[in-house]
Amino acid sequence: MPQTYLLSILTFLPVAGTLALLLLRDDDHVWIRRLAMTTAVVEFALSLLLLRGFDLHAAGYQWEEFHNWIPQPPIHYHLGIDGLSLFLVILTTLLTPISILSAWKSIDQRVKGFFISLLVLETGVIGVFVSLDLFLFFLFWEVMLIPMYFLIGIWGHGRRIYAALKFVLYTMFGSILMLVAILWLYRITAVAGYPTFDVAQIQSLLANGSVTLPLRTEYVLFGAFFLAFAIKVPLFPLHTWLPDAHTEAPTAGSVMLAGVLLKMGTYGMLRFCLPLFPDAARQFAPYIAVLAIVGIVYGALVAMVQVDLKRLVAYSSVSHLGFVVLGIFAFHQISIQGAVYQMLNHGISTGALFLCTGMLYDRRHTYLISEFGGLATPMPVLAALYLFSTFASAGLPMLNGFVGEFLILAGTFQKHEAWASWAALGVIFSSLYLLWSYQRVFYGSVTQEKNNALPDLDKRERGTLIVMAALMLWMGIGSPFFTRRTEAYTQNVLQLMQRPQAYNAGGARTNGAGASGMDVNHAPAAAPGLNAAAYGSAADSVKLK
Amino acid sequence: MLVMLLAPVVPKSRHGVLAGVSLVGAALALASTYYPAMHPGLAYSGLFRADAFSLFVHWIVCGSAFLVIFGSIGYLKREDLDAAEFCALILFATAGMGVMAGAHELLTAFIGLEMSSIASYILASYRRDAPRSNEAAMKYFLLGSFATAFFLYGIALSFGATGSTHLDLMTPLANDSSHTLLKIGLGFIFIGLAFKVAAAPFQLWTPDVYEGAPAPVTALLSTGPKAAAFALALRILASVDAAAPLWFWALWVAAALSVFTGNLSAIVQTSVKRMLAYSSIAHAGYILVALTAAAATDHPEAGIAAALFYLVSYALVKMGAFLIVAQLGGAGERHVDIEDFTGLGRRQPAMAACLSLFLLSLLGLPITAGFLGKFYVFNAALESNLIWLAILLALNSVIGSYYYLRVIVAMYMREPAAEIAAEPVPWTLSVVLWIAAAGTVYAGLFPARIIDFAAKAALNIR
Repeated sequence: MPQTYLLSILTFLPVAGTLALLLLRDDDHVWIRRLAMTTAVVEFALSLLLLRGFDLHAAGYQWEEFHNWIPQPPIHYHLGIDGLSLFLVILTTLLTPISILSAWKSIDQRVKGFFISLLVLETGVIGVFVSLDLFLFFLFWEVMLIPMYFLIGIWGHGRRIYAALKFVLYTMFGSILMLVAILWLYRITAVAGYPTFDVAQIQSLLANGSVTLPLRTEYVLFGAFFLAFAIKVPLFPLHTWLPDAHTEAPTAGSVMLAGVLLKMGTYGMLRFCLPLFPDAARQFAPYIAVLAIVGIVYGALVAMVQVDLKRLVAYSSVSHLGFVVLGIFAFHQISIQGAVYQMLNHGISTGALFLCTGMLYDRRHTYLISEFGGLATPMPVLAALYLFSTFASAGLPMLNGFVGEFLILAGTFQKHEAWASWAALGVIFSSLYLLWSYQRVFYGSVTQEKNNALPDLDKRERGTLIVMAALMLWMGIGSPFFTRRTEAYTQNVLQLMQRPQAYNAGGARTNGAGASGMDVNHAPAAAPGLNAAAYGSAADSVKLK
Repeated sequence: MLVMLLAPVVPKSRHGVLAGVSLVGAALALASTYYPAMHPGLAYSGLFRADAFSLFVHWIVCGSAFLVIFGSIGYLKREDLDAAEFCALILFATAGMGVMAGAHELLTAFIGLEMSSIASYILASYRRDAPRSNEAAMKYFLLGSFATAFFLYGIALSFGATGSTHLDLMTPLANDSSHTLLKIGLGFIFIGLAFKVAAAPFQLWTPDVYEGAPAPVTALLSTGPKAAAFALALRILASVDAAAPLWFWALWVAAALSVFTGNLSAIVQTSVKRMLAYSSIAHAGYILVALTAAAATDHPEAGIAAALFYLVSYALVKMGAFLIVAQLGGAGERHVDIEDFTGLGRRQPAMAACLSLFLLSLLGLPITAGFLGKFYVFNAALESNLIWLAILLALNSVIGSYYYLRVIVAMYMREPAAEIAAEPVPWTLSVVLWIAAAGTVYAGLFPARIIDFAAKAALNIR
């Protein structure tokens, strides 16, 4: 494949935008907003180009870029996407202009800094999704913390400083251990004679047996990676930073946080934990699934008793992301499809819910459910669109949430009936708490005098929500458009989890998990070696030092 | 053969052109490193050694002296201090550090150590009328003398055991007692050096001295002498066969203790200056990890290169941070509390941005030099199978992030407690800060050259 620079452009265009923003005067709010918006829209348009050239059937990475960066230790600037990251990138570029719009009026302090943070955040997140070098990945992973930290800490509400610090410290704790694990993995490849940080290359080295991980090492490495990602997701019981961060963050921050930042965790599990440490993944899958199910149910129950609308949506994230984790660790092609799909869904529908709560906050400066009631009368448009998002989030058929949850449950059920049955409880609960809160906020008579005079949505607000609603509908009925593009990836990830026979036959490594954890019915019976070759395409072109 | 660091001593700028001359001196010293670089080898009957390693350390030492002098011109004017003596002392100290970096014989190293120490004692008390400054100097002097005494005694014992003070000739004579003697001697030398680099448990002087000394002096103290002392330690480690196994556990323990005491104490500080002092103890610990890694294997290159790279990144950042504190402190350095930094993001955005960058680098976030420094240290530690030490270090970075972020919180997220008039920033300081900031980002993004050079230095250290 010829070298293209689209991914680099996508990654660094927002930074270019921030540099341009720096040239503007601090109080020139109108142009600051326009420039930020233009950057984000151009970025989105460019990201759609990815769809055009995307090869549905290629198992490896596409749009690859490869340059030497740091010679010692060998670190490369290696970008690429596959079916997993394709839509996550587009989701990011979509949600950024949406959150800029959501902040159009509500942010009137230090406007420039706000949009700069938002755009830098976009760079960080896209960088995470397109990096194929562990070092590069980690770099973006950490860089993205700073703008989010500022977004929560400066433009947040009440206990914003506490929430911002908590967010950063939690994430740092996980990621620093991941850094040690990354270096450890590098050392192992170096000792074997193929020093590299390249994900594709490590995958193929592990797949063809040139590099072997002792089982205990694999467990520890898996644990370090998984911990970092589980904090990000967040998986119960590591979720406690999330409600605080969400509640205190400004609307745009919440949209980005829920929409894409949490996905970095599940993305990491799919990209690194499964293909690099398959045996550990299989070994720990039951425990992880239990945590995921507990998270699903617990998140739903806690959401139910929240008095704060935004906190409620935040806890619903814990519940929904539990589904994603469950889908991933069921190791079934359909459930993984569902997990990838649910990642996108959650970005759209929860993003929309946060937008709605943000709009309420702009008008009343509170998130307390008791402060509202009967809002459908003064604000019919918001009520309608909120209901739409609620349905999507609760998994009503025809809307996006249904597809994702259905795929996850269907896939999981085929492997582990009990898991799926328990998780299905979450579906019931989620409609319960979402609809109940909706009822308390919008139905009945107006309980508070001042709510009578609340203005309904203006054009800008209506526009953003309608875009989101249209997407929910499209993803609900046009799901093949998405699943066809993620299919090749999901087949691939399961195959990468299979190691060559000779390798597994090493005695100590066959611990029974190998037989039960795989489902090859849905994957074409290609030899694992072939597959590794596909994933190692870039690796082959690199001269092994 | 050895112009080396003698150049800066010559222009004693007593008369007249003040700092300008000393700047030229520092620059000349920097330039004159080119000469020994062309002619590597031993000099002065093996007392000195000019190689890539000494060159690397010279660059750190001279570079930081240059930047400190340049950056403190405004400070000296504000505090109404005599610039000539100040600069001359800094250059003296720098010459001493240069000698330490190139020394290949212990007594020569001792002379360098004394040169740099005595100049720094005076510098620490440079604000003569400030009691704090005097207290700092007194403490520094008393404890420092102890340390140098240890060092000297260590040399004496080692000489007794080996019959030589030349690093490459120090093999114990063939009897049991000389083995023991050498061990004790090396132990004493270790204590002396650990004191100089402010490693726990020999760190007690650090916070008081760093806080009491004028901030530009602190900027120098926390960079140059440290680099020189680490360089000497590395040199001994690499050259004396008996040192590595003996020092390994000492280094391990000192590293672990330093990171913990430094970080944990820094958390509770209210003064930014003192907080930075504790953080330099923690960072000494990080560098000690690299040294431990070097001591643990027969191929210490990775550890040495990591230590050198870390020293560069650390020097840039720490110096920048202390110079900013010097500037923001205002007359008499009264405003160095975290409370005084509140709202700085709005009052002086450029200063706040620079300080944030430096703090983030100290914290070790990517795209800063600090991150790569940490990265290489981790790498070296894992290469030597020091997994536990690496994990310990990792946990400490999280602890560390708390207090660095606290300052950023104050600058950007809290309303100012009291209005402090912003003083104009002298252009010299701005230039220095820009250099430090640009260097931090450059080394964070494109470390290839520096690390290559460090690796080369590590290769021909002996």
